[in-house]
Amino acid sequence: MADVNQSKRPLSPFMLGQYYRFQLNSVTSILTRITGNALLVTAFLVVWWLIAAATSESAFAVANGFLTSWFGDLVMFLSLWGVWYHTLAGVRHLIWDNAMMLDLKSADMLSWVAVIGSILLTVLTVVIV
Amino acid sequence: MVQLTLPKNSRITTGKTWPKPEGATNVRKFQIYRWNPDDGQNPRVDTYFLDMDKCGPMVLDALIKIKNEIDPTLTFRRSCREGICGSCAMNIDGINTLACIYGLDEIKGDVKIYPLPHMEVVKDLIPDLTHFYAQHASIMPWLETKTNRPAKEWKQSIEDRKKLDGLYECVMCASCSTSCPSYWWNSDRYLGPAALLHAYRWIIDSRDEATGERLDDLEDPFKLYRCHTIMNCAKTCPKGLNPALAIAEIKKMMVERTV
Repeated sequence: MADVNQSKRPLSPFMLGQYYRFQLNSVTSILTRITGNALLVTAFLVVWWLIAAATSESAFAVANGFLTSWFGDLVMFLSLWGVWYHTLAGVRHLIWDNAMMLDLKSADMLSWVAVIGSILLTVLTVVIV
Repeated sequence: MVQLTLPKNSRITTGKTWPKPEGATNVRKFQIYRWNPDDGQNPRVDTYFLDMDKCGPMVLDALIKIKNEIDPTLTFRRSCREGICGSCAMNIDGINTLACIYGLDEIKGDVKIYPLPHMEVVKDLIPDLTHFYAQHASIMPWLETKTNRPAKEWKQSIEDRKKLDGLYECVMCASCSTSCPSYWWNSDRYLGPAALLHAYRWIIDSRDEATGERLDDLEDPFKLYRCHTIMNCAKTCPKGLNPALAIAEIKKMMVERTV
């Protein structure tokens, strides 16, 4: 077949949201990634706090000041939700890895468990701690 | 590689708006992706209007009506018009499905039609499926045997035959693979849901004698394990199959054979 234009062929559009509909399953899947990566940043902040505590009083005052400021509180609150969400989503993957609950109804149910469960557990943790 | 935007030559421009049908009261707007390999232009989205009182119920009916009555240059694949050939798979209203069995009444508002996502476009709604078919061929979609050929046929019990239900029905329309973000970004090495569903169809076939070799071939960080159970595949399959489950079963077999 004489196809002179093969190399110039465009790539069809694919972007999530704009061309491919966001769905519960894909949103909860990408949230697992996002929370996992964001928690790594939180972990660094906690390590910074611990190192500062072991370094000097002034270094600790800076780190502690940042982490207990309103912005630090917000980061830690969101991280708390991130921990719960990532945990529940991880449990969902453990179930799926046994080739269980992969029918669409159960899979969507597990998505809601991760979303609603993580919010409830976050509120519960804030109330208790 | 994760990619979030289209390359320069693929960015979509606004195309032609075709005239509305005269005297029609029940008019619907269709926005359809167009790309002509011969005019050197970027892809565009053309707008068409159809009199729905004179149009069949399915998306494919509308496409054929546009081609017959408004714009004969509109190009798309179609054949059986009953969901068994898999030719008319395209991105309709933000999901991948077969135009022939997707009802226009299932879509709210304007009808937006694009080719299957993240594929090279041959023309208009036709993606190049060469690589997709090559991946299917790579999983050896046939019965592999080592024992001598039986006098009559390879027999299978009713129970074993039942294991193929939900797998053999696949029509290779590529809706699932092109709905998968992992496939968009790694299709050079990840086989994608369609090819893996077919791989599993032969792995669990009681008559097949190459199960070990088939699993060996898939034991690869990309071919199989780029599946992250996003489940867009199962959501979008126009035949109601579940490639995500088939892939999970393969992963499970991989673990079970090592312990």
